[in-house]
Amino acid sequence: MPPIVPRWSGCFALGMILWLSLLASLPLAGARAAGSGSPTLDAVRARGLLICGVAGNAAGFSLPDSQGVMQGIDAEGCRAIAAAVLGDQHKVKFVPTTTENRFTALQSGEIDVLVRETTWTLGREASLGLEFGVINFYDGTGFLVKKSSGVTSARDLDGATVCVEPGTSTELAIADYFRVNNMKYTPVEIQDLQEIHNAFLSGRCDAYSTDSSALAGFRFTQGAHAEDFLLLPELISKEPLGPMVRKGDDKWFDIVRWVSFAQITGEEYGVSSRNIDSFANTTNPDIRRLLGLEGGLGKALGLDDKWAFYVLKQVGNTGEVWNRTMAPLGLPRGLNGLWNRGGLLFAPPIR
Amino acid sequence: MAVHPLYRIARRLISPLVTLVLALILADIAWHFFSWAVLHAVWRLPENAAQAPDTDPCRAAIGHGACWAVVREKFRFILFGFYPYDAQWRPALAVLCFVALFGLSIAPRFWRPSLILLWIAVLAAVGVLMWGGVFGLSFVAADQWGGLPITLILATFGLAAAFPLAILVALARRAEGLPVIRMLAIAYVELIRGVPLISLLFMASVMLPLFLPTGWDIDKLLRAQLAFVLFAGAYLAEVVRAGLSALPLGQYEAAAALGLSYWQKTRLIVLPQALRHVIPMLVNTFIGFFKDTSLVLIIGIFDLMTTGRTATLEPAWQGFGNEVYLLLAAIYFAFCFTMAQISRTLERRLAAPHRDIEEPA
Repeated sequence: MPPIVPRWSGCFALGMILWLSLLASLPLAGARAAGSGSPTLDAVRARGLLICGVAGNAAGFSLPDSQGVMQGIDAEGCRAIAAAVLGDQHKVKFVPTTTENRFTALQSGEIDVLVRETTWTLGREASLGLEFGVINFYDGTGFLVKKSSGVTSARDLDGATVCVEPGTSTELAIADYFRVNNMKYTPVEIQDLQEIHNAFLSGRCDAYSTDSSALAGFRFTQGAHAEDFLLLPELISKEPLGPMVRKGDDKWFDIVRWVSFAQITGEEYGVSSRNIDSFANTTNPDIRRLLGLEGGLGKALGLDDKWAFYVLKQVGNTGEVWNRTMAPLGLPRGLNGLWNRGGLLFAPPIR
Repeated sequence: MAVHPLYRIARRLISPLVTLVLALILADIAWHFFSWAVLHAVWRLPENAAQAPDTDPCRAAIGHGACWAVVREKFRFILFGFYPYDAQWRPALAVLCFVALFGLSIAPRFWRPSLILLWIAVLAAVGVLMWGGVFGLSFVAADQWGGLPITLILATFGLAAAFPLAILVALARRAEGLPVIRMLAIAYVELIRGVPLISLLFMASVMLPLFLPTGWDIDKLLRAQLAFVLFAGAYLAEVVRAGLSALPLGQYEAAAALGLSYWQKTRLIVLPQALRHVIPMLVNTFIGFFKDTSLVLIIGIFDLMTTGRTATLEPAWQGFGNEVYLLLAAIYFAFCFTMAQISRTLERRLAAPHRDIEEPA
């Protein structure tokens, strides 16, 4: 005979189920206090900590060093926002996100801002309920080939085998490019970064395609052999990467956007973390407004008037950030330089 | 029977020949590995101008020599992830606690009820070490944990919680007198078994936050842990149910004849015998789940596997993945092998009385 359960345990279980369903149906939302008018800014202030979504696995953007400290241009972006809002660049909690959960993490409020080398596209901005701040890196899909192959232009790649990571925008970009130009290619899809590198080095594919920043970084790691590889001049897609925030919190969006502009302005006027203190008595009105010595512009943002001073003093201007994060990868500044030096960085006036 | 003498000689030679060839092949592989891992390996690297290790000697050795310098440089990140560098003695101690706990659990002379109390005490100590916030330890939020402690915590807490759950579910699935409970148990097992673990983790990490009001945030690790408990619980429940089904009906009847209540019967007669039957299956599932913990990388938790992969993404250290993966394999093997050992000891210990309680024909 199968075991018989006493009747009371059935009643008990039924009771528990009823209790649980009752508990689950209780409203969970707490009351929200009134504050600056920006729920995100209030939450960050109350917490004393900025929660920043990053990739955590992309060299130059956000990657932990040997001591577990996040390094890269995206990580510096998070620190700059923390410096502006909280006055201390170290008050950041980095949350590694994946390509799958990054938007949900931001939508659900798990993170305050997403700085995760995310490409600004119309589709994303229009449909996700999220919006992009200032582009912090202009990237594009490129090709890396061996110099010995004699290929000097992407037009020469007809019939080539191309190593590519599956499921990425690169895959779509090269499919479009070859179709539009009426060329044939054979994709070799490999998921793991090291495997893809090995496949390219061992000659399993003629070209390796991904974001040009990653290609430059990979070429750089080849040390003395870097000269054996050629980054083809064509960039076949535009990949403007930038920070994202939730729509509907305009004050927070302003802060995120103007922190970037302050760093660009800093580079334009030659204000860096090293020399910022020497500007304390400057008479240049633009720099005085930037550093909060006059104008009261910080208050207008809902921040301390010295917000940009903290950003530039602790994190530095865009040039300094570049020199710490991307320059060591052997990347030329190119489009990521100032507007008056052949780049695309342009900040509206701070006044 | 007449057999051709050549055939007889050939037959005698085949076995030693096969042995010899296999031995030579194995020796060759072993020699190549030894040469790569020890003779031509790079153990230390000089510093370059930026006071960082200069990886060029390692790059020159690729193909014929291992670069163990990558392990020397990165082992703290691989083992402890984002845990604050200065406080990494705490997760180290937590790992030691786990190892000591597992070690004690192997030895049969420690098998007494107080072992359970020890488990609770040690798991509590691990929590205090990792979280801190008391005894002057600084507070470290769970999202800064990473590496080996994450793997051990997910596996140990997950299985420790899933096992009792599994027993209850297995009992409920066999409770003929309670159709609703039985249906719920069946629905739970079938629903959870019907989806991949990744989709459960995904639900826990992506869907759950959308249902919660803004600002409500259940810790990501806790969500993953719950998903693990639910998943492991369903699988273990079926293993336990197999043990319950294998128990001869006479045992139930004899226990009932003694006048034992349902819970007495279950605790004293049914479960001890049922679980003994399924020890290899249980440990099999345990080992499987220990390795499945590496799937949490999909929701952005840095377990041992993920920290290992991340460690070799830094451009200077790209290309030395094999060395790191070997380290990870050694760690995983050590823990899985220990579990297998516990299983074998348990089986040997508990096998003897089994033959005495044969079902009468």
